[in-house]
Amino acid sequence: MIEAVETYATAEEAARALGSGGALYLAGGTLVMAEVNANRAPPRLVRALDPALRQIVPTSEAIRLGAGVTMAQILGSRDCAVLHEVARQIGGPQVRSMATVGGNLFARNPYGDFAVALLALGARAVLAGQTSPRPLADLLRDRDRPALVSQIEVPRPRDERSFGFVKLARVHPRGASVLCIAALLPREGSRLRGVRVAYGGMADRPVRAAAVERALEGNTLEEATIARAVAVAAQGLDPPTDALASGWYRREVVGVQLRRLLERLARQ
Amino acid sequence: MAKKPVTFVLNGAERAAFAEAGQNLLDFLRRGVGDLTPKYGCGQGGCGACTVILDGEPVLACLTLAESVAGRRVETVAGLAGAAPHPLQEAFMAHFAAQCGYCTPGMLMSAKALLDRTPRPTREQVVEAISGNLCRCTGYEPIIAAILAAAERGAGA
Repeated sequence: MIEAVETYATAEEAARALGSGGALYLAGGTLVMAEVNANRAPPRLVRALDPALRQIVPTSEAIRLGAGVTMAQILGSRDCAVLHEVARQIGGPQVRSMATVGGNLFARNPYGDFAVALLALGARAVLAGQTSPRPLADLLRDRDRPALVSQIEVPRPRDERSFGFVKLARVHPRGASVLCIAALLPREGSRLRGVRVAYGGMADRPVRAAAVERALEGNTLEEATIARAVAVAAQGLDPPTDALASGWYRREVVGVQLRRLLERLARQ
Repeated sequence: MAKKPVTFVLNGAERAAFAEAGQNLLDFLRRGVGDLTPKYGCGQGGCGACTVILDGEPVLACLTLAESVAGRRVETVAGLAGAAPHPLQEAFMAHFAAQCGYCTPGMLMSAKALLDRTPRPTREQVVEAISGNLCRCTGYEPIIAAILAAAERGAGA
């Protein structure tokens, strides 16, 4: 039962209020209100009305997304074109007008597709009241610890065609992910340099596919390279079994999806 | 438990009611304001039966904190018809797009949100627009046909 909803003007004040514990931060509501409705939420909800949380600030190097930016805002912003493919595949229109970028970082399986894309793009998160950004992987690792993200910095890929995203769902056109894959494959000449591949649904949080990255890095994106990457697609991973799919199925199918994504990126 | 007064605009008219702490917009509209048109389906954001339009965007009322609509505009099916049914409602009747009718208010609001922005949608855009709304008996084809027919009659113009 919710006893109080505390509304603050700034993200910093909201972060301090969260620090005392027994509270959840409410952003778009798609995750937290579902907990409230199911009577699983702690007694306090904390909100912030800070307009900076809803701002998209493009710079030449990066896109700075306020943590409260919604998927619909991403789709409406030309500066976020590289993320449109991802945002389009999240929820239906109602979810997209509510769900936020910051909330997605804390979404449990089978949600959290956007965080997977951000991880592949090398995004960094700024916590409320702090100035130096943290790599997303760190934040995802300790996401049980209360923290309020105020902004996410997404480095702009030099070539937007070097980024791709694929999602496997059982319900079409919009279902939750069995798994999803985001890949950033920058090229120097014909060689791949600075490869980042991230998976959703293959662990308890979005993770980098280290073996796949090693198979791709420094090579040309041709059939033999793709075959080597696909062969190690599930290496080192023990994907979860849930209502959508078994861990066995995820291990079997991740290589198929990876191949489709790599072949598409090789063509574009 | 503290109750907060919430003043907002419902279907063009200013309304005020008390929201309980943590109360969602669906419960607030139905019990607090007396607008029974948005339906409770799952309370988890999975079915779309509670879809309303908030400041022009379709949202799930069950996942919206009631007090967060203070000062904002909410549209529900209760505001669709004037003297005559809304063209979308006419089209839903003409195309038998409601069988049990439980998903209909959510479908209508998703369709209205689409036509408000895209008066002449493609079939693909219609399918996308209602992709967050579950129907378990009518079937989606008559609903898609009704929305396309309403668009042709200028429902969104």
